[in-house]
Amino acid sequence: MKTLYNKFESDNIVLTSLDHLVNLARANSMWYLLFSTACCGIELMQTGGPRGDLERFGSAPRAVPRTADLMLVAGTITLKMAERVKILYEQMAEPRYVISMGSCANSGGLFQSAYSVLDGVDRVIPVDIYLPGCPPRPEALLSALIDLQKKVKKEPYFRKKK
Amino acid sequence: MDATLISIGLDPLTAKITSMVIISVIVLLAFVTIGGILTLVERRISGFMQSRLGPNRVGPQGALQWVADGVKLILKEDLIPEGADRKLFRIAPYFCLVGIFGTMVVFPWGKGVIVADLNVGLFYFISITALVVFGVLMAGWSSNNKWSLLGGMRAAAQIVSYEIPVGMSLLVPILISGTLSMGGIMASQGWLPWEWMVFKSPFAVLSFIIFFIGSLAEANRTPFDLPEAESELVSGYCTEYSGFRYAVFFLSEWANLFVLGGLTTSVFLGGGNLPGALEGFTILSVLVYLAKVAVVIFVVIWLRWTLPRFRIDQLMSLSWKYLLPGAFIAFLGQAAYMLLTQHTPIVQSIIAVLMFLVFVFVLIRFGLKVRVSINEQRIPVNSPASNVS
Repeated sequence: MKTLYNKFESDNIVLTSLDHLVNLARANSMWYLLFSTACCGIELMQTGGPRGDLERFGSAPRAVPRTADLMLVAGTITLKMAERVKILYEQMAEPRYVISMGSCANSGGLFQSAYSVLDGVDRVIPVDIYLPGCPPRPEALLSALIDLQKKVKKEPYFRKKK
Repeated sequence: MDATLISIGLDPLTAKITSMVIISVIVLLAFVTIGGILTLVERRISGFMQSRLGPNRVGPQGALQWVADGVKLILKEDLIPEGADRKLFRIAPYFCLVGIFGTMVVFPWGKGVIVADLNVGLFYFISITALVVFGVLMAGWSSNNKWSLLGGMRAAAQIVSYEIPVGMSLLVPILISGTLSMGGIMASQGWLPWEWMVFKSPFAVLSFIIFFIGSLAEANRTPFDLPEAESELVSGYCTEYSGFRYAVFFLSEWANLFVLGGLTTSVFLGGGNLPGALEGFTILSVLVYLAKVAVVIFVVIWLRWTLPRFRIDQLMSLSWKYLLPGAFIAFLGQAAYMLLTQHTPIVQSIIAVLMFLVFVFVLIRFGLKVRVSINEQRIPVNSPASNVS
């Protein structure tokens, strides 16, 4: 549990410039967890392929939650799967981010209010970026990744969140 | 180095220790940089082979991607799973690192550029890399995870089995050069391709092939990357590692790739030998050496992105049923060949040139075949030419 994440109280020039450098590195190395539950997963695979090519932005696919920074929740989350989603999220090392991809992960989408479907993945884990679409095209996923990079670059890494 | 330090007024013992520290820091930095750059090289080449671009956002053409990855991995939380053997879990990555980093002691970067030219250099090389097995097995055992344990066991079985054919096939260069020191083996070869160890006899070619396959397996490269098979074991022995400890595994794995290329080059491919007229240009010698290593590394990465993975029983039968007898044949054949031709060096050189010509012929045939598919791949995805078929 030894990490400098949000350890410092004060706000000074050294920490802010260090934050800037560190965030530049972190934003350009968002390794994503291979996790897909439905048709959004097919779009996720396509985004990793030649036309989308997520790896241009330094995002390598990881099979292990321990080394992943980004969880792309791609697809419908059933109540049974929701437990696994939470376990996987908790296995990821801090700092970690979540993109909720597609209508089903955002709100339950087409299957909203069904007896077995979770109405939005934000009921079990915190979500950073909501990506609409059913399913979203690879271009949309790329723009979500770029938005996440912008968000990461603005974050204080060493300083406590206000 | 020692002499310079003594001349500025240090006593011999302090000078010795200072120069040792300076040299090891230089070598460690080179090691880390090479390991980092090779991860980027691998990602770019894999992108090229899959019609993608690969990382190209950080620095010119993505050249600083490895720095970004490194900074991020160091800053990430260091998780130790519940129920893990904490001491073993913490120490395991450093066994892997030391196993690979230790080889740098006898690494011949060029003619005369070597940290310590031990008289048992090659033997030391093989024995120090065995430390990696300990690291991998400790990581797998201490993680308290079934996938880690399976990965660690597989890695141990694989590395121990492949150590034998690799060791046996290295006996052939030792027979030819008559020495175990890395500098001596390099000095026994020439700069011309037919003076390289690999073309010296038909049995040297056989031992080179066995050595190359065996060291691919020892470095856990595809098609032998069973210890980390993503589709079967989540990530093998390093499943539970995060942050800096994972970075150490990551680094030693790619530095191992460089060590593989370096050993192949210095033992079989002539090392950093230069033509007689250019003797003494140390930097040129290092560049020649690094260029050869780069070619070997490219071939290894090429194999990784071309071939599928073996099954564990196929892996074992390849080692014990084919490579080991092959290595014995190469050893005995080389001994007989040397006995028959020891008084006629002209026959030896004619055979060496013939072997080189056969290699060039095979290379040209292969290049002509590959050119067709490379040209096809170069057509952009959305152009009219790609929609012909």
